[in-house]
Amino acid sequence: MSDAFKGYRGKALSVLKEFGVRVWSDASIQTTRGEFKGIILPRSENDDDQHLVLKLNTGYNIGIDIKTITGMKEVNYREAHYKIPEKEFPFSEEKPNVKLFGTGGTIESRLDYRTGAVIPAFSPGELYGAVPELADICNLKTEKLFAVFSENMGPQQYITLAKAIGEEIKNGIHGIVIGHGTDTMHHTAGALAFMVQNPPVPVVMVGSQRSSDRPSSDAALNLIHAATAAATSDIAEVMVCMFGPTSDEYGLLHRGTRVRKMHSSYRSTFRTIGDIPLATVTCEGVKPLKEDYNKRRHDRKANVFPFFEERVSLVYYYPNMHPDIIDALVDNGYKGIVIAGTGLGHVNKPVYPAIERAVRKGVAIYMTVQTLWGYVHMFVYDTGRDLMDKGVIPAENMLPEVAYVKLGWALGQTDDLDCVKEIMLTPVNGEITEREPYNGYLVYQGGIPEIEEFLKRVHK
Amino acid sequence: MTKQPDPDRRFVETRKQTGYVSRSKAQPETYRALGFRCGLEIHQQLLTEKKLFCRCPAGQYQQDGEYDAEIIRHMRPTLSEMGEYDGTALMEFKTRKRIVYHIKNETACTYDIDDTPPFPINRQALERAMEVALLLKTKIVGELHVTRKQYLDGSIPTGFQRTAIVGIDGEIPLAGRTVSIRQISIEEDSCREVSDVGHDRIYTTDRLGIPLIETVTAPELLSPDQAEEAGHYLRFLARSTGHVRVGIGAARQDVNVSIEGGTRVEIKGVAHLRWIPELTHNEAFRQKALLLIRDRIRKRHKDSETWTMTCTDLDSNQLKNRSDTWKSIQSEGFCFTAVNLPSFGGILSHFMQPGKNFSDELSGRLKVIACLQDPCMTHSEAVCSWLNAEDWASIQKILHAASGDAQVVFWGPLEDRKTALETLEERCRLAFEGVPGETRKSLPNGTTVFERVLPGPDRMYPDTDTAPIPITEVLIEKVEKQIPEDFSGRLKQLEVWGVPRHFLPYILRGNLSALIEQLVNRGMSPGLAGRLVGQDCRHLERKYGKPDGLHEFLIQLFQFILDRNLTHEIILEMLPWIFRHPGKEAAEVYAAGGFHEQHREEILAQIPRFRLAFEESGINHEPAARNRWIMGQLRPLAMGNIPMRELRQTLEGSRT
Repeated sequence: MSDAFKGYRGKALSVLKEFGVRVWSDASIQTTRGEFKGIILPRSENDDDQHLVLKLNTGYNIGIDIKTITGMKEVNYREAHYKIPEKEFPFSEEKPNVKLFGTGGTIESRLDYRTGAVIPAFSPGELYGAVPELADICNLKTEKLFAVFSENMGPQQYITLAKAIGEEIKNGIHGIVIGHGTDTMHHTAGALAFMVQNPPVPVVMVGSQRSSDRPSSDAALNLIHAATAAATSDIAEVMVCMFGPTSDEYGLLHRGTRVRKMHSSYRSTFRTIGDIPLATVTCEGVKPLKEDYNKRRHDRKANVFPFFEERVSLVYYYPNMHPDIIDALVDNGYKGIVIAGTGLGHVNKPVYPAIERAVRKGVAIYMTVQTLWGYVHMFVYDTGRDLMDKGVIPAENMLPEVAYVKLGWALGQTDDLDCVKEIMLTPVNGEITEREPYNGYLVYQGGIPEIEEFLKRVHK
Repeated sequence: MTKQPDPDRRFVETRKQTGYVSRSKAQPETYRALGFRCGLEIHQQLLTEKKLFCRCPAGQYQQDGEYDAEIIRHMRPTLSEMGEYDGTALMEFKTRKRIVYHIKNETACTYDIDDTPPFPINRQALERAMEVALLLKTKIVGELHVTRKQYLDGSIPTGFQRTAIVGIDGEIPLAGRTVSIRQISIEEDSCREVSDVGHDRIYTTDRLGIPLIETVTAPELLSPDQAEEAGHYLRFLARSTGHVRVGIGAARQDVNVSIEGGTRVEIKGVAHLRWIPELTHNEAFRQKALLLIRDRIRKRHKDSETWTMTCTDLDSNQLKNRSDTWKSIQSEGFCFTAVNLPSFGGILSHFMQPGKNFSDELSGRLKVIACLQDPCMTHSEAVCSWLNAEDWASIQKILHAASGDAQVVFWGPLEDRKTALETLEERCRLAFEGVPGETRKSLPNGTTVFERVLPGPDRMYPDTDTAPIPITEVLIEKVEKQIPEDFSGRLKQLEVWGVPRHFLPYILRGNLSALIEQLVNRGMSPGLAGRLVGQDCRHLERKYGKPDGLHEFLIQLFQFILDRNLTHEIILEMLPWIFRHPGKEAAEVYAAGGFHEQHREEILAQIPRFRLAFEESGINHEPAARNRWIMGQLRPLAMGNIPMRELRQTLEGSRT
C-alpha cells in the first residue's frame, strides 16, 4: 500500500484514489450531510473501509462515511514528520552509571499524536526530555535490544537479555534497569533470576500501566523509582519495580521469582505472592522490608546461564480436562509440562493414563497450584499420592509461571531428569521458600467494616 | 523617597480613561466601539442512567467530606505533537499540586480513577446528544472519534477528558439573524472541586464521567445581552428534548470574550445565564484597560525582552515599623520578598474591573501558580495598613528603585519563592503584549479572577483506547423520530403569546406548545393558556403525577366551559380535581368541585348582606380587609359565573 493512502483499504481507498486526495492533505469534502474541511489522517488498519478520518482545525478528529461523499478536493498538502525532541543527557562524575535496556512495551512508547499509533521513544535524550529528574539520580545509558510487546517476549529474548546483563556487569555498571511490557514481566523476571545468578548489582525490571502520553501516566514515576533502585539500592537481585498503591506515592521492589501481575489494568498490579516485597522505593531512596536479600558487591562477577528448552508447556487444569491434552503435548515432542492443578495440586482421574504415558516417554511433569498462594501438598489426598506414584513431582510453592520458566531453563541444561529434578527443587533465589509468612497472603475483602475503615485512612 | 500617586484617585482617573460605564448606562454603541465579541460554550449534562464510559450510576452526588477512600495523583505535562509543552500544562506543572480524589464506592469505579481503560460509549447518551445536534441543525459526523483533551488541573484523573464531535456548523436564530454553532460534542463531566489550599487540591469523583454535551457558538454575539439570550435559547433547546439533566450544576457555561485588539479570554464555570451580561461587560473593559496599560508601558520601556525586575529578601531589621501583621505572617515561617518593577509606577493601581486594579492580576497568578495563600502581596500603590510611606521609602532604597518604578512585597513559604518571582516577571512582561490569553473564574459580583493560562490546540490528541463509532443514516433517522419538531418556530410563537420565560423549559420539554395553541385557537387567552400549561399543570404533575390523557381532557374541559358560557379562569380551579380524581367527565368535575351556574346579578346582590355581616363582627374596619373577606365568601359562587377581576372591581368601586 502506498504511503499516500496510509492505512486505507478497500472502498475507502478507492474513494481517495477516485478524487485524487492523499493522506495529510488539507481537504474539502462534500457530503449529503454537508461540507467538512480538515486534514485527511491515516486510518488505523484495524478499522473498517467505510470511513475517512479527518482532523478539524479545532484539533478534533471525526470520521466521514464514504457513502455520503459526493465530492472531494485537495486544497493543500503538508506532510507531517514527527519526532520527539532530544536533549542531551547530562553526565556527572559522582553519579552512579545505570544502563537501561529496552525491550519494548508501554513504558518505552508514546503516542504519535497525528495517527494515534504508539511509537517507541527510548533514547536517553528522549527520556531526559520527558523525565528530566532521571539526571538527578544517575548517568543513564540506553540500549534497545528489541522492540516487542510483552506477549512476544520469549526464550530467545531471555537469553539475549541475560548475556547483555552479564556484559554490563563485567564492564562495571552500577545498576541495570530493563524496560519491559507488563503482561509477561513476571515470566522474564523469573527467567532472568535463573539465568543471571547472584549479580553484584541491582537488576530492576520496570514497566508502566498507563502510557507516557497521558498526564496521569505511571511511567515517569516508575522510571524514577527504578533508576533510584538501580543506582542506589543495596539489594543486588533481579527485581520488578512497580507502583505499590494506585496513588502516586511509592513503588515496591518485588523479588523476580515471587512476583505476579494480578490485575489487568491497575497501576498497582504487581504483587509479591507468598512473601512480602523486598523493599519500598520513593524518590528519596530504597527502604528494605526484608533483611535476607543479596547485598550489592563491588566485584564484576557475572554468573550467566543462558539456557532454555522451548518445548515446555504450562497446562492450566480444569474439571473435565481430557487426557488428549497431555497426549498431544507428548506426541508433539514436549519435554516438560508444568501443571497448575486445583487445590493442593490435583487433576482428575481420566488424565492419569496420559500422565503415566508421558512419564514413560521421559517427559518431566511438575505440579504447581492455581490458587497461586500456598504449597503443593500431594500427601493429603489420595489423588495427590496417586499422581506422585505416576511420576508427577510437586514443585513446592513455586508460582506456575516461574515453574514453567525454570523447567525450560533446567531442560535447556540437561536431559537427565534426575538432574532436572535437583535443579527444579533447589531454590536459586526464593522461587521456593521454606516457610510462608502469615503476611505473605493478604487479599483484603472490600465491604468489611474494618477493611473499609483501613482503606479510608490509607491511600489506595 | 519617590512620590507615590494617590492610588484611589489613580483608580478613578484610569477608569475614566478606559471609558468604563456601568452596564445600565451602556448603549449598543458602547459595545460596537469596543469591538465586543462573545461566544458561548454551553455544557449540559445528559439524562442517562449511567456514566459515559463506565457503568457507574450517573447523577448520584456525595456530600463534601463523605468518601470511602482517597487516591493521590500528580499530573505531568506531556509533550505535544509539535514537541512543545502546552502553556497550560507547564503552568499546572509549576504549581506542583498534590491531587487528592475522594471516592465513594457507589459512584466511582476503577475507570473513574484511571485504573481501567474505557468501556464502550453509552449509546443512550450518544442518541441523546444526537437529538440536540439535530435540533441545532449541525452536520452529523460519519464516525465518532473519541479525542483526548488535556486537563492538568487534576479535574479528571486521567489528565484528559474524553470528548467526541457529534456535529459541526449548525445555527440558531437570534434577534432576527442567525448565530453559527461551531460544534457540538459529547464528553465526560469532570470532578467536583472540594478545596484548593496551598499545594493540595481535593476533588470528589461523583460527577466525573456523567455524559454531557458541549455546544460551542461562533464568537458572533455582539453584546452582553445577546450572549445571555443565546444562552437561554440553547438551554431551552436542549431541555426541549426532555433528555437532559436539570438542577444545580447540570448546566454550566464558559463564555469567551474579546474586544478589538484584545485576546480571547475564557470565563469558566458561569453557573447562571443571568450572570453573563455583567461578566462579559466587565471583561470587555478589563481588556480595554490592559490595552491602555500596554500602550503606556511600551512608551516608557521599548521592549519586554530587556525589561527585568530586581528583588531582595526583606529582613525585618531593614524596616522600622514591624507591625503585628508582619509578625504574624513571619510566625508562620513565611519569608518576605520585595520586588522592583521598573516603569510600572501608576500601573499597579490602574483600573481593571470594578473594585480591582492591575495588582490583582499579579496576586491572582501568585495564588494559582505559586500556590501562595491569600493575602500574599501588597505593593507601593496600595493602601496598606502595616507598611507605611517610610517603609516603602526604605524598600525603594534597598531595591535602588527609580521614580516611575513600582514595588511589590509578597510573602509565602521559601520553596514557592522562585515560582512566585517567575510568575510576577512573566505577568509583567505580558503587560507589554496587552491581553494575555487566560481562563478566568467567574465571581457572583460580575468580576473574574485568573484561573489558568488559556490552553492551545496542542492539547488535543486521539484516544487510542476507543474504536471509532459509525453514525449511520439509520441511526440518524431513528433519533430524528425521538425529537420534538420545529423547536424554533414554537419558541417564537410562545414569545409572541407573551408566555413568561420561566414557563418555557417545562413547556418545551413536554412538547406542550401544541396544546397551548389548541387552547388559544379555541379562544383562551395566551396568558391563561401559558399559565395553565406552563405553571399549574407543572405544579400538580409534580404533586400527583400526570394523569393519562390529560391533554385531550383539558381540551374537552375547555369546550365544556365554552358550551356553558363559563368564565375561562374556572379551568384553573377545576384543574386540581382532574389530578386528584383522574378519569372523570368534565361535568362530573364541575359538580364535584361544588361549582354552580348562577346569574351575575344574583351573586352581586349578596354583597350588601356580607358587608353588613362583616361590620357587625367588628373585627376590622379597613375597607381592604372587608373586601378581601367578601371576595372569599363570594368566590365559590362567582367562580365561572363572573370574572374574578370584575367582582373585585365591583367590590372596590362600590361605596361603603
